[in-house]
Amino acid sequence: MITLKINGLNVTVEEGTTVLEAAKFLGFPIPTLCHMEGLSPYGACRLCVVEIGESPKSRLVSSCTYPAEAGLIVRTSSARVVKARKMVIELLLATCPQSKVIQDLASEHGVRQQRFRQEHEDCILCGLCLRMCSEQMMAHAIGFRGRGEHRSLGTPFDAKSEVCRLCGGCIYVCPACQLRCTYNQPEKAICGGCGNLEPPCVDKPQFDDMMCYMTPCVACEIKKD
Amino acid sequence: MFAYWNAKFDFIGEEDMIAEEVARVVEKHADRRGALISVLEDIQQKYGYLSRGALEAVALKSRRSLVDIYSVATFYRAFSLSPRGRHLVSACVGTACHVRGAPGVVEELKRRLGINPGATTTDREFTLETVNCLGACALGPIVVVDGRYNPNVGVAKVEPIIAKAIRGSEADDALHDERIFPLNVQCPRCGHSLLDEAHLVDGQASIRLRGNADGQSGWINLSRLYGSVHSVTDTLFPNDSITSFRCPNCDHDLAGPVHCNDCDAPMVPLGITGGGIVQFCSRRGCPSHTLDLDSGRSGATAAFNAPERGSAS
Repeated sequence: MITLKINGLNVTVEEGTTVLEAAKFLGFPIPTLCHMEGLSPYGACRLCVVEIGESPKSRLVSSCTYPAEAGLIVRTSSARVVKARKMVIELLLATCPQSKVIQDLASEHGVRQQRFRQEHEDCILCGLCLRMCSEQMMAHAIGFRGRGEHRSLGTPFDAKSEVCRLCGGCIYVCPACQLRCTYNQPEKAICGGCGNLEPPCVDKPQFDDMMCYMTPCVACEIKKD
Repeated sequence: MFAYWNAKFDFIGEEDMIAEEVARVVEKHADRRGALISVLEDIQQKYGYLSRGALEAVALKSRRSLVDIYSVATFYRAFSLSPRGRHLVSACVGTACHVRGAPGVVEELKRRLGINPGATTTDREFTLETVNCLGACALGPIVVVDGRYNPNVGVAKVEPIIAKAIRGSEADDALHDERIFPLNVQCPRCGHSLLDEAHLVDGQASIRLRGNADGQSGWINLSRLYGSVHSVTDTLFPNDSITSFRCPNCDHDLAGPVHCNDCDAPMVPLGITGGGIVQFCSRRGCPSHTLDLDSGRSGATAAFNAPERGSAS
């Protein structure tokens, strides 16, 4: 057992526990996107950044991959952490504005704008789907392909996979595409694809999962093109 | 001469032929962990690119997931998933080469070859690619053609470089490299010269032999240059097949009593005008060969341009 200090509180955890798990044990909320219990930690989304050590030598690490060390000093919501997290959310919004999960994160963390060139990807390369596929479904049908800006996820040669059982696990865990725009079925429109962060959907119970009900929807227009 | 057939840009044959070859390559690296890149390198070396069939064969043979293999194959730029041309032209566009005028050179290459970087000409002769640094910045701009570095390339030097590639870089080297020299070869039995002025290989008269393998027979013209591995044939002999060679004059089977050290196929001895014997392996793709200048009838070595250097190899 090792003891570390999170936000000033001592916590004793088993060796091999990650900082994220230790913080969760104490009840400190750390937002995550690419982390899921039952899947190996990956550290791709960087949303779970925490500050470790003492200034001026403190540094930011992803808590989902950082193992708890004896005597470690962790801060989960210092000014530096919050700033970094907001930046990550902004970058995610720039990549994938139509994701309901990312929009919720943005409104939760008070991100009201994104200052980067707007793209409309439907993947943030978090790797959740391929870990789901290989670790839980034991299929290993999809994987990363290419490198850099050409990196993508899918089956080899984009061919129909022989090992895929169409379980849908990949779509179930996907934070970017689970609520795909349904512009061709307006009565079911769970859209929220327009990237408009006002009004924040979490405070809008009348729309349930909907971000907003704008007509015409910007994201839908883009997708149609 | 005397590696029968240049195997590098081989005709891509049947699926099971690939599978067989892949099985051999995987087995070769089986004792090493993390040998996937070596396996893929070997396959790319053999076929010029990684075909879908080859990758599927690797997955099957090495018991890895095709997903992982495809990830690695698409990650590294050294691997190509589409067929490449006979000649690979790599133009450096690194910082130093860029400053020294590489963009103009690339433009000229694009214009001359009619393709964009990354593409292959429709006749499968040239593949053009850009690389980010070749580590010889002082020589920039650099254009590498078939592994040969051309330093200080300006727009005006592009045309001669392409012309040299079409001519065959080896043929050009033969004029300047002292280790490569032509042999005057004759049939060891009837003594008739085997040189064929009508069919040129490497820009020189070639050694013309009658070949027979797997029930197919045809003409094989080998380069007479000692050191060159080029050959031309009118028949598609399967790779690794053992060919029986016959003299076109006396039709005598030329297979000798000696066997190859590497693959145990019979070596084919040919006489050299003026004395000496050169032997090459009859297995297609095997580069094994020997040159013995002292044996033979007269011991004279007058036929060679550079006999001392030649005997060393």
